[in-house]
Amino acid sequence: MAGYVARRLLYGVFILVGVNLFTFILFFTVNTPDDMARLNIGGKRVTQEAIQKWKVERGYDKPLLYDARAAGSEKFTHTIFFERSLQLFAFRFGASDSGRDIGYEIGERIGPSLALALPTFLLGVFATVCTALLMVFFRATYLDFWGVAGAVVLMSISALFYIIIGQWFFSTLLRLVPISGFAGGWDLFVFLALPIVIGVVARLGADALLYRTMFLEEVSKDYVRTARAKGLSENAVLFRHVLRNALLPILTSTVAILPLLFLGSLIMESFFGIPGLGSYTIDAINAQDFAVVRSMVFVGSLLYIVGLILTDISYTVADPRVRLA
Amino acid sequence: MRDAGIVSRFAVAALASLLAGGCTQVSNSPHARGAEKTNTLFTAFLERSPKYLDPTSSYSNDETPYTYQVYEPLYGYHYLKRPYQLAPRAAAAIAPPHYFDKAGKELPLDAPGEAVAQTVYDVPLQKGILFAPHPAFAKDAAGAYAYHALRREDVAGKHRISDFPLTGTRELTAHDYVYAIRRLATPRIKSPSFSLMSEYIVGLKDYATRIAAADHALRKDLAPTDRDLPMLDFRDHAFEGAEAIDRYTLRVRINGKYPQFKYWLAMTFFSPIPWEAEKFYSQPGMAEKNLTLNYWPVGTGPFMLTEFQENRRHVLERNPNFRGQPYPCEGEPKDAAQGLLEDCGKRTPFVDRIVFSIEKEAIPLKAKFFQGYYDSPLIERLDQATDYLVEMADSEDKSAEYRRKGIRLPTTIEANSWYIGFNMLDPVVGWGKAPAERERNRKLRQALSIAIDWEEHIQIFEKGQGMVAQGPLPPGLFGYRDDGPAALDPVVYRRVNGQLERRPIEDAKRLLAEAGYPDGRDAKSGQPLVLSFDYQRALTPEIRPKMQWYQKQFAKIGVQLEIRATDYNRFQDKMIKGNHQIFFWGWLADYPDAENFLFLLYGPNAKALTNGNGENVSNYQSPEFDRRYEAMKYEDDGPAKARLIDEMIAIAQEDAVWSWGYFPTSAAAFHQWVYNGKPTQIIRNHLQYLRVDPKLRAAKIAEWNRPTWWPVALIALALVVSVVPAVRAYRRRERENAARALAVRGAAEGAG
Repeated sequence: MAGYVARRLLYGVFILVGVNLFTFILFFTVNTPDDMARLNIGGKRVTQEAIQKWKVERGYDKPLLYDARAAGSEKFTHTIFFERSLQLFAFRFGASDSGRDIGYEIGERIGPSLALALPTFLLGVFATVCTALLMVFFRATYLDFWGVAGAVVLMSISALFYIIIGQWFFSTLLRLVPISGFAGGWDLFVFLALPIVIGVVARLGADALLYRTMFLEEVSKDYVRTARAKGLSENAVLFRHVLRNALLPILTSTVAILPLLFLGSLIMESFFGIPGLGSYTIDAINAQDFAVVRSMVFVGSLLYIVGLILTDISYTVADPRVRLA
Repeated sequence: MRDAGIVSRFAVAALASLLAGGCTQVSNSPHARGAEKTNTLFTAFLERSPKYLDPTSSYSNDETPYTYQVYEPLYGYHYLKRPYQLAPRAAAAIAPPHYFDKAGKELPLDAPGEAVAQTVYDVPLQKGILFAPHPAFAKDAAGAYAYHALRREDVAGKHRISDFPLTGTRELTAHDYVYAIRRLATPRIKSPSFSLMSEYIVGLKDYATRIAAADHALRKDLAPTDRDLPMLDFRDHAFEGAEAIDRYTLRVRINGKYPQFKYWLAMTFFSPIPWEAEKFYSQPGMAEKNLTLNYWPVGTGPFMLTEFQENRRHVLERNPNFRGQPYPCEGEPKDAAQGLLEDCGKRTPFVDRIVFSIEKEAIPLKAKFFQGYYDSPLIERLDQATDYLVEMADSEDKSAEYRRKGIRLPTTIEANSWYIGFNMLDPVVGWGKAPAERERNRKLRQALSIAIDWEEHIQIFEKGQGMVAQGPLPPGLFGYRDDGPAALDPVVYRRVNGQLERRPIEDAKRLLAEAGYPDGRDAKSGQPLVLSFDYQRALTPEIRPKMQWYQKQFAKIGVQLEIRATDYNRFQDKMIKGNHQIFFWGWLADYPDAENFLFLLYGPNAKALTNGNGENVSNYQSPEFDRRYEAMKYEDDGPAKARLIDEMIAIAQEDAVWSWGYFPTSAAAFHQWVYNGKPTQIIRNHLQYLRVDPKLRAAKIAEWNRPTWWPVALIALALVVSVVPAVRAYRRRERENAARALAVRGAAEGAG
C-alpha cells in the first residue's frame, strides 16, 4: 500500500502543477496586471506611475510565463508564474496583493470554516443515511412513497432558496436566531444553528435518494435473505449488514470531500457572514487578488488529492477484500 | 404503542412549556449579550474592509468613517450649517492667507490672482492636544522608547496593536503636520493627492525627487518586492513649502493664489503623522504582520481603532486623551425644530464605542436594522436610506412599519452628480475640425441632450429620489442660484409659466436634421446614425432595463445606440485611451466648492491627453471656458467668482458637453434612539456628534424581537406524530412471524 500511496502522491504533484498553470492562465486571460493594480489601488486620482509602482513591488511587472530577454533558465524563472505560483509548493503563500499575510489569514479563518462545515457534514451524513435506511425499511409502503416524494421536492429547491427562506422564517419572522454574523464561545451555537440546519436540509433530498438506491440494491442480495432467515431483526439486518456492505459508494462520496471541509462553504459563509476560508476566497475573487486566489486553489487541489487518496485507503478498511497495489 | 404515547406526551409537555413563555428572552441578537445596553453605536460596512487607513493614501468614501474619527486634519466643517462652513479642528482658527508678489512684498487680500506669486498660510494649532494611546509612544523606566528597537523575533506572534502591552502618548505639534506634508511626496505608498498638491505647495515637486533619491539609497541592497524597509525619516529632509515656525504654528507656502487650498486642509491628507509611528511600523517583520499605519492609524481624534478584523468587524473606541469638543449651538433654521440643537454645548463624542460589522447582502443588513441591531445601516453612505424612502413610497404597509418603529430618514441633495458625457475627441459627437463640422456636432449633442429624458430616468430608476441637473453644479454650492444658469439649461429646457419644461422632441429632431442626420440617417450616405455608449458595469439582468431605456431615448429621434457595457477596469481603460464616444459617469465632490465640479471640464485635465491623470473624461477643451476657470480659481467667493461661474456654465451648456443628468437625493437612516443625525457627504467626522439612548434601544429591541417558539415546537410535534405510525409499523413488523402472518391472512380471506 505504501508504494501505491507514494505513486498517487507523485501523480498529485503533476496534477498540482497542471491546476496551478490552468488557474494562472485563466486568471490572467481575464485580468491584466494593470487591471489588478487599478482595482487594488482604488479611489480617485490613480496615476499610471502608481500602477507601475504597484506592479513592480509585487513582481507583476515581469512577463507571465516566458521572459525572452532573460538568459538561460531565467527565461522561465524570471516570470510571474515561477515567482508567484511555484513558491506554493514550498507552502510559502506570501502576502496577498493588498499586503496581508495569507498564511496568517488561512490560520485565522480555518476555525470558523470547520465550525460550520464539520457539524454540517457529520449531521448531514447521519441524517441522510438514517433517512435512506428508513425508506428502505418501509419500502413499498406509503412512508417510502412520501419519503421519496419529499426527497424529490427537497432536491429540486435551490440552496439559495433555503437560505433566504430560512433567514426570513427563523430570524425575521420567528426571531429565534441571528440572521447572520459570527462569534466565538457559547454564542457560536446561536450563529451556526441556522446555517447548519439549512446545510443539512439542502443536501438531504439528493443524498437520501442516492443512498436509498444503494441500500435497495443491497437488500435484494442473498446474504440479506440469509440474515433474515436466521432470525435477525430488521434493525440488525439494515444497520449491521446492509449499511456495511453499501459503505463503499458512500465512502466515495464522503471521504473525498472530507479535507475540503477545511476550505469552508462559499455560499453559506457569504450569506451568513461567517469569516471562514470560503468567504475569504470569494472576497479575493471579487477583489481580483491573484495571490489569494492561487493560494486557495492550490490548497483546494492539494486537499482534494489527499481526499482521494484517503478514500482509496478507506476502501481497504471498509472492505478487507480490497487491496491497493 | 406505549412508547409512542410517551413520546407524544413529552412533545405536548415541551410545547406547553414553550408556549407558557419560558423562552421570551431575545435570542436573535448578532451582538454580544447585553451589548445593546452599552453606550455603543452599531453600524455596518458593505462588501469588504477599507483598504487604506494611512492618511497619505486614504481617498475612498468607505475609509472615511475610520480616518476622519481617528485623525484630525487642521480644519473641518461646521456640523449643522449649510452651505458648508469651514471650522477649525486641530487648528485654533482658520488662517487667513497672506499674499506676496515675486519680489516678496506682501499684497492686499484683494490683490488680483495673477499678481500673487506666493500665498502663505500660518495655521495656529490648539495647545495641549494629545495623541491616542499607542505603543509607538511607549517608554520604558529609563525613558527610552520601549518598542523602537524590535527584532523580527520580537514581533513574532503579534498581529494587532493590542498585542503590545505598553502604550504612551505625547502632545501634538506643528512638526507632526510638517511631517505629514513632506510624506505626501513618499515613493513608498500611494499618495493620490501628490500630483495636485505638487502643483501648489512650494517646492514639493523637487522635494519628491530628493525623497525618491533618498529612498533609492536606502533600498539599494534590497529587492523591489522586499517589505522590510528601513525608515524613510522625513525629519531629515526639509523643504520650504511646509515648516513649523514654532511648536504650535504651521506655515504652508502655496504657488500663486489657490483659495480652494483651505478645503484641502480639511481632508485627511493633512492629518498629523507622528514620526514615532513611522519608526514603530518600519521595524522588521511589522509589514508582513499587517502592522502598518494602513491598518492601525495613530491620531488625535475623538476615537481610536482598537479592533480590525479584515472583512469582518472593526471597532472604534473613545480616545481617552481626547480633549472633547462642544456640540454646536447654531445651524440651519430648521435644525432647532428637528431637535438638532438640544445638545448645544455638550462635550463630544457622545458614544464610547462604534462597532462596524460586515454585511455582504442587502437582506440581512435591512433585517438587522429593522430588528434594531444596527442604529444606522451604513454610516458613510446615503444611498441605502434612499432605497427605504422608495420602499415607503411604494407600499403603505411598509410606510406604516417605518413610522411605527420611529425610523428617521432625513434627506438632502449633496455635492454628487451622475451624467452622460460626450467624448470631445470623437469625430462624430466631439469637437470636429472645421467650423461647420463643429457646429453640426454641437447640434447633434444638443439634440441628444433634449432626447434623454432625465425626469423619466429619475422616476423609473431612482424612484423619484433625485433632481434633474441643469449644469455641472449641484445646488447648495456657491455659484448655484435659482435664477442663474446653473438652474436652467436653455438648450434643453425653457421656462413656461414660471416652470421649467423640457423642450419638445421636435426641437431635438430639428437640431438633428441641422446636424446632418435627418430622421437619424446620414444625409449624404443614407446610413443610420449608430452611436456607442460605454457603461461601467457588465450587462447583468438588473442593468439591462436601464440600457434598454437609454436606447429608447436615442431611438426617439431615430438614433441607434450600441451598448458597450464592460467591467469598471475595462471602462477606465477606454476612458484613459480616449477610446469612447458616449459614456455614463458620476462625481462625488472632494470639497464644497464650484471649482471641484468645474475642473471636470477644464482642458488641461483632459483624461485621454494626460495619460489618465486628469478627471476631464469628456476631454473638453474650450479656450473660453479654460480662461474663465483659470481666473475663477483665484477668486474668493463673491460677485466676481459668481459671474465667472455663470459664464462657464453657460459655455458648457451651449456646447452640450454633457447631458447633465441628475443629482441624486441622499438620505440617512437612524433609529429613534439615535440623536443629532444629519445627512452629509462632505462632513466626515460626524460620528462624534451622534448620541444614542441605550436604555430606549434595549427596550425597543426586547419589544421587537420577542422570540416565537411555538412554530418550532409545532414542527417538532409534527415530526414526532409522523414518526408514530413508523414506530408502530416497525414494532409490528418486528413481532411478525410466519404463524401470525398466515393467521392474519386467513382471517382476511375469511372476512372476504
